[in-house]
Amino acid sequence: MEAALKLFSKEGFFEVTMADLAKELDMSVGNLYNYFSSKDALAKELILYISKILGEEIRRINLLPISAEEKIHKIVDFYFHTAKERPELIEYFLRIYLSHREVFKNGCEGMICVGPFVTEIMIFFEEGVRSGELRDQDFFSAFGLFMGYLGGMVFLMGEGMLPNDIEYYTDEIAENIYRALKNET
Amino acid sequence: MKPKVVWLQGVTCNGNSHSFVNLSGLDTLLQRYEWLYHPILPSSLSLMQLWDAKCDILVIEGGAKKGWQKGEGELEKLFLHLAQKAKKVVAVGSCAVYGGVFKEFDDTICGVLFDGENKSRYYDMLADKTINIPGCPAHPEWIAFALEAENPSLDSFHRPKELYAYTVHSGCVRNEYFEWKIDAEDFGTKEGCLFYKQGCQGPFTHGSCNKILWNETASKTRVGTPCFGCTEPDFPKQDLFSTKTYMGIPATMPLGVPKRAYLTITGIAKSFHIPRLTKRLLDED
Repeated sequence: MEAALKLFSKEGFFEVTMADLAKELDMSVGNLYNYFSSKDALAKELILYISKILGEEIRRINLLPISAEEKIHKIVDFYFHTAKERPELIEYFLRIYLSHREVFKNGCEGMICVGPFVTEIMIFFEEGVRSGELRDQDFFSAFGLFMGYLGGMVFLMGEGMLPNDIEYYTDEIAENIYRALKNET
Repeated sequence: MKPKVVWLQGVTCNGNSHSFVNLSGLDTLLQRYEWLYHPILPSSLSLMQLWDAKCDILVIEGGAKKGWQKGEGELEKLFLHLAQKAKKVVAVGSCAVYGGVFKEFDDTICGVLFDGENKSRYYDMLADKTINIPGCPAHPEWIAFALEAENPSLDSFHRPKELYAYTVHSGCVRNEYFEWKIDAEDFGTKEGCLFYKQGCQGPFTHGSCNKILWNETASKTRVGTPCFGCTEPDFPKQDLFSTKTYMGIPATMPLGVPKRAYLTITGIAKSFHIPRLTKRLLDED
């Protein structure tokens, strides 16, 4: 999985063939097909793999006895740190999963392959609203604000357009997200 | 010798008495008992004559309120006098079981064994002989069950498991819509699940409304009205026709279902589009 992610991230999804991948893994193409019936099948497994990694960390944050404001900071910190240290994870999500929906249309519809990640984000929002700290609103309005913002920053990082290291922005962006979501009544 | 029955009313709307007389086969059931007193059925004794009565089964409908006068005496005293002599006490309806609707307006009102979710002042005295049949009203078949039952298995609120081990969701004809997370857009339609938006409490309410049908025909959810959770100690709540949500997620999960499990399953279910379940069942325009 890691080798495939790095290769896709470096060369691009459509440029990499199963033969390239087999070579990288030092195995025969036939053997690789024993594990994944096609490149599309591998693509779907990869997004589920990433979703589980992200979901497990956000779950760990969700279970901490801290405020929603502190959780936002930890999620932003984790997301940017991951984007910096393991860019292939976030880049695959942004540049392959979101950009090539035709690859994922059968078997990865809706939340099927991103369930572990989205479920934890839902729980974060639900608990924040239940405690009164966050404002009640449509889930996707809040989800788009939070994840769209983070994804946009990682995209800018990937394009080399950020003048500073992405982790430089953690505090301000966490505060912006909290201010946008907090309950002011 | 037929068992002798006294049916007393505390603070009540009469709803359970009226529900009971809708029992299919009421005549047959009535003939199996000697009815010493019932507020709306022919009875051999008056309220004041009950002090000397020997009753086998005491049915109580309505909430208990200290000092509340009924006839020429204090009802609580008559109730306790008869309850101590009775072999079985049946609390019928949510007011008699928990305090119910009337407790909303007078917090001193309580049920026979329970004051809301807590044990009442009568609990230690009557717990070993009391069967609770909550509901608003209780289904006539449930009341008949309690009259007839001998040592039924009870849950922690003294409700017969035979009737209340199920959730109202069990047997709901909308289960297919629940499974695929398709909302009912309005009340009174045949299509859609009422849990997500319309306030249905069926998935976390104990009761057999969709197993033992009302008027042998229907239930609230079958006709497109949400279950109000009337068999539970927190009944009535507010805003019964809308689902309380936190950022779109139902505030109360189906009974015993962890939130993560619920969100995972519903997220996946909603990812699929099932054309058959999005159409009108009968009147396709």
